[in-house]
Amino acid sequence: MLKLGVPSKGRLMDKTFDWFGARGVGLKRTGSEREYAGAVEGVEGCELHLLSAGEIPAALADGRIHLGVTGTDLVREKIAGWEQRIEELEPLGFGQANLIIAVPACWADVDTLDDLDAAAAAFRATHGHRLRIATKYHRLIREFLRQNGVADYALVDSQGATEGTVKNETAEAVADITSSGETLRANHLKILADGLVHRSQATLFRARGGDWGEAERASLAALKGKLGI
Amino acid sequence: MLKEVPREEVTRLITLFEAAGAVRVGADVLQPADTLLDLYGEEIRARAYVTTDPLRGELMLRPDFTVPVVQAHMAQGQEPARYCYAGTVFRMQEEDTGRPSEFEQVGFELFDRGDRARADAEVFSLMSQCLEGRGLRAAIGDIGLLSAAVAGLSTSEKRRAALMRHLWRPRRFKALLDRFGGRTKVPASRAALLARLAEESAEKVLAGAGVEIGKRRPEEVLARMAALQADAAEPPIPEAELELLDDLLAVRASPVDALEHLRDLAVDMPGLGPALDTFAARLDALADAGVELEALAFEGSFGRTLLEYYDGFVFGFFAPQRPDLPAVASGGRYDALCRVLGQGREIPAVGAVIRPALLAELEGA
Repeated sequence: MLKLGVPSKGRLMDKTFDWFGARGVGLKRTGSEREYAGAVEGVEGCELHLLSAGEIPAALADGRIHLGVTGTDLVREKIAGWEQRIEELEPLGFGQANLIIAVPACWADVDTLDDLDAAAAAFRATHGHRLRIATKYHRLIREFLRQNGVADYALVDSQGATEGTVKNETAEAVADITSSGETLRANHLKILADGLVHRSQATLFRARGGDWGEAERASLAALKGKLGI
Repeated sequence: MLKEVPREEVTRLITLFEAAGAVRVGADVLQPADTLLDLYGEEIRARAYVTTDPLRGELMLRPDFTVPVVQAHMAQGQEPARYCYAGTVFRMQEEDTGRPSEFEQVGFELFDRGDRARADAEVFSLMSQCLEGRGLRAAIGDIGLLSAAVAGLSTSEKRRAALMRHLWRPRRFKALLDRFGGRTKVPASRAALLARLAEESAEKVLAGAGVEIGKRRPEEVLARMAALQADAAEPPIPEAELELLDDLLAVRASPVDALEHLRDLAVDMPGLGPALDTFAARLDALADAGVELEALAFEGSFGRTLLEYYDGFVFGFFAPQRPDLPAVASGGRYDALCRVLGQGREIPAVGAVIRPALLAELEGA
């Protein structure tokens, strides 16, 4: 049985259902609203698994599901060497968001990563601790800053309301997902000119590992045909 | 799978280290994370396992023994002192490179305020004695030469400090050098800011930027804007000096040929002189210790991609027939690390580690 993992709630679920529906593949919950199982109509041998969006990358990496819909940001953040374990089949054109690095707008002297690095050096000398960047995307941000040669910073974990950490003085800068930048501006933050870490969108992924028998391969071919990908 | 610890190699090495006067010491597997993070920065998180203890806060599975050995030495130390240790270290592998995430390390550390060249030579020759007959090739470098070259650049103190800070990040170092040398242009937004500052006061620019927020104070923003203006007025580092630095980084030769070449370079950069004397004294000490200099390869940029840790003599022993393997042994001088850990106290130190599992693997092949 070909297992398709889809986010279990919210706009991401609704839009995924719409996207498949528009291509003649009906995704449906079976049973009650609370049940996390469902059906795929229009493709033989395919079943729907409703999962938390954050769990889908690991389920794909382990091959517990064959296909999954989730953001490209989560796959890159959560799975080391993701390309060896997961294949991108099709971007779905929604759930767009940019992972960016932002600093207080009042830092008139900082506009690039080069500035951030210089400000971090001076900050550490002045305050006796590293310049803190609040984020939940630790791997992606650390790798990005390493490649760009930024030093003297520390990542602090923030799982929500990240934009507020600067005002609360638990961080000096933030690295977070934004779609319009509205929340950042409302919190007096600005995005660095070269601070775009990753452009994310909801994407259909395929697990390279897992149980790929003849039946699963046939179902995948049929599904791809319907979806026109 | 439980890997076999190469016990025979470990015992053999520890015996040799003890015979060289080392006291065997241990270290906790769980080390306080803050000390290591403070020393190595956020990048250590990508390489070390971090865990949380409800009472002791963040802890790390020891990524090496050097830090706990230095701390133990400072707490109790007589000098000179020699220590040795053997145990597992833990290194997280973020990419699937097939390299182990835990392996044995056998090490030797020497704390000596006396002749540094002799101390460098003692550690190196001890390692080469331990590794004799294994078909390894040794490469040496000298971070001290690089810092002397940077210190000798005719440019502002701030620019030299910025370069020094990124000595261990070759790409960033090169980008800074290119800009300070006028090879690349100032970023557009920097140019725009400088143009504004030429027309209106820094206070006015700051006031227009937005609501004051966060721990970084307006004075710090003003200070950096002033620094940017001063930097913009700074003439580029002369092309000849940039070429000299490129030349130094590109040197790959036997130590004696390298020294001769570097002496030629020093004619145009007199600041290199003292560091070259140190280098030459070390070569003499190595020769006195019975090391065959012709068998060594000097590399100008050796040691730059390691953790920013070593600041003088650096070396590694490699298996030429197995370029896929990391260094079988590596070491160097780390006076600066001790200065940070000693909070101002000066404790010159040089040390090295051997990975016995790699030795055993090479023997078995």
